[in-house]
Amino acid sequence: MRKLKVGIIGSGNIGTDLMYKIERSENLEMSVMVGIDPDSDGLKRAADRGYVAISNGIEGLMEQLDLVDIVFDATSAYAHKNHSDLLTAAGKKVIDLTPAAIGPFTVPPVNLTEHFDEANLNMVTCGGQATIPMVKAVSRVIPVEYAEIVATVASKSAGPGTRANIDEFTRTTSKAIEQVGGAKKGKAIIILNPAEPPIIMRDTVNALVEEEGKEEEIIASVQEMVKEVQKYVPGYRLRGTPQFDGRKVSIFLEVEGAGDYFPPYSGNLDIMTAAAARVADELAKQLTATNA
Amino acid sequence: MTERSFEILDVSLRDGSHAMKHSFTEEQVRATAKGLDAAGVNYFEVSHGDGLGGSSLQYGFSKVDELKLIEAAADECENAKVSVLLIPGIGIKEDLQEAVKVGAKMVRVATHVTEADVAAQHIALGRELGLKTVGFLMMAHMAPVEKVVEQAKLFESYGAEIVYVTDSAGYMLPNDVTERISALKQSIGCEIGFHAHNNLSMAMANTIAAVEAGATYIDGSLRALGAGAGNTQTEVMAAVLERLGYNTGIDLYKLMDVANDVVAKFMQRPQEITGSGLIMGYSGVYSSFLLHTQAAAQKFGVDERDILVELGRMKAVGGQEDLIYDVAQQFALKKQKVEV
Repeated sequence: MRKLKVGIIGSGNIGTDLMYKIERSENLEMSVMVGIDPDSDGLKRAADRGYVAISNGIEGLMEQLDLVDIVFDATSAYAHKNHSDLLTAAGKKVIDLTPAAIGPFTVPPVNLTEHFDEANLNMVTCGGQATIPMVKAVSRVIPVEYAEIVATVASKSAGPGTRANIDEFTRTTSKAIEQVGGAKKGKAIIILNPAEPPIIMRDTVNALVEEEGKEEEIIASVQEMVKEVQKYVPGYRLRGTPQFDGRKVSIFLEVEGAGDYFPPYSGNLDIMTAAAARVADELAKQLTATNA
Repeated sequence: MTERSFEILDVSLRDGSHAMKHSFTEEQVRATAKGLDAAGVNYFEVSHGDGLGGSSLQYGFSKVDELKLIEAAADECENAKVSVLLIPGIGIKEDLQEAVKVGAKMVRVATHVTEADVAAQHIALGRELGLKTVGFLMMAHMAPVEKVVEQAKLFESYGAEIVYVTDSAGYMLPNDVTERISALKQSIGCEIGFHAHNNLSMAMANTIAAVEAGATYIDGSLRALGAGAGNTQTEVMAAVLERLGYNTGIDLYKLMDVANDVVAKFMQRPQEITGSGLIMGYSGVYSSFLLHTQAAAQKFGVDERDILVELGRMKAVGGQEDLIYDVAQQFALKKQKVEV
C-alpha cells in the first residue's frame, strides 16, 4: 500500500515529537524535517534517522516539494500564514499545529474527517485538544450554554512559542470550544506551574448546561469519549468522577504523554502531536484508498 | 507640600473582590473610589479579583461587569488614577484596551514569580497605551532571591516602570521581604513595589521592611478587605508610616472615614486570621483559595486544613482553583475507602 510522505516544518519540541509519532503510522512515511537552525537537536535527530533535513526553512522545502504530500507546521502563528499560502498553492495538504487558525478546527474524536476537503486544517491548541472532546461529550447529551476550560501545564513544557502566543492560545481555544465543542459561549484559561518534579498536564472543564438532570447520560457520554481519546493518547484519564452542582458540570482530567521526545509529564505537547498524527493518518488512508 | 516618600496603592476594589465573592456593586465602588480620591490616595485598583477577564466558573462570576465598575470608579476621581490587574492566561490584550477606554490609567501585569516571559506583549501594550505599567511577580516566596531578580529584569526589559514583589500567600517574614527588595534595589533601575497578605499577621511588619529596603509603591486594602486574611490595612498603614516619619501624602481622617463608613458597611465578614488563613500563610498557599477551599471542604466533607496543606505540598500556583476541588474529591474518596 502506498504511504503518504510527510514533511514537518519546525524542528523544535513539537516537530521533533511529531516525527516519532509519524514513524508509527501505517499510512504515513516520515520524509523531511525543516528547520532554520542547522544545529538544532530536531534536525540532527531527523538526519540521524535517515530523513532529509532542510535547514533553510520554507525556502528549502519549496525547492524539494516532490518529497512531501502532507506538511505539518509546528512553527509559530506569525510564520504560519506564509507557509500555508506557499504550500497550499502547490497543492499540498497542510496541518497546522500553531494557533494561527487559518483553516477549520479539527479535534479527532469530534470531527476527524469533517474538513478533509480543506487544504489547511488547524489543530486548535493543546488545551483545546485535551478539553474539547469533553465539552462535546456534554453538549451531545444536553445543550451547553457556556463552557470554560482551565489547562495547567508544567512550565518546562511551555516553550518560547507558547509563551509569546499566550493570548492566541486563549482566543483560539475559546473559539474552538464553541465551534467544535458545541458550547454557545466558550472561555479558556491557561496556567503554567513550575513545580519540580514537573506536574502532569491537568485540565478542568466546567460547563453550564441548559437544565439540571441527565447526570447518568452525561457521565456515560464522558466515559465513552475518554475511551475515544485514549485510542491515540493512552495516558488521557479522568480524575475522579464528573461533579454536578445545579446546572454546572465539572470534569477533571490529567494527560500523561507517551514520552517520545518529551518526558511523560508533557501531556499537553503529546496530545497535540498525537492528534495531528491521527488526523494525517486518517487523511492518508482515505487519499490512498481513493487513488488506488 | 513635601514630596511623598512612596505611593500607597489601595487594592480594596480588586483584592477585596475575592472576599466579596466578586459581588461589588456600582454604588459600593463609587463610594469607595470617592473616599480614596478625597483622602489623597493617588492609585487604586479595580478589577475582578483574578484580574481582567477573571469572571468565570473557575474563580466566580462578577455580579457587575468589571468594565462598568472601572468606569464608575474613574468617574469619581479628581486626582486618583484607576489601576487594573491583568494576568496573562486569564485576561487578554483586548480586555486591557477595553479597560483603558473606560478610564484605566495604570496596568499591573501579573505572572507567577518564575513566568514573567508570558507578559512581554501585555507590558508592551501598557506602555503603548500610555499607562503606568507594572510587572507584578506573584507568589514571590516560592523562588530564591536570584530568580526574583532575574524575572524582575525581564519585566524591566519589556518596559515595566515598576516591579512588584507580591507575597500572594502571606508566607513571607520580614527578612524575606528585606532580602528580595534589597536585591532588586541593587540590580534593577525601575521602581519597586510590595504587596502583602496578612495570613501570618506579618503584613504591616513586611510593609515596613519593604519601605525600609527601598520600595516606593506599597499596597493595602481598607479594613484589610482582600483575599485570605486580607492585605496590609491601608488606613492603619498610613498612620504607622507617618509615625515612622514618612510623608504618605494621605489625609488620615478621610482615609479612616472611607474605611469605616463605607467599606466596613458592605463587608460580608470581618477580616480575621481564621484557621484556614493561618494555614495558607504557614504552608504557602495562594490567598484567593480561601473561600473556594471552604466550599470544597463542605461539599466533600473533609477538613479544609488538609486540603490547604496538600495544595502547599503540591506547589499549587495562583489561578489553580480547580485543583482545590480535585484534591478535596481525592480526600473524600480515600476516606470512603477507609470507612468501607
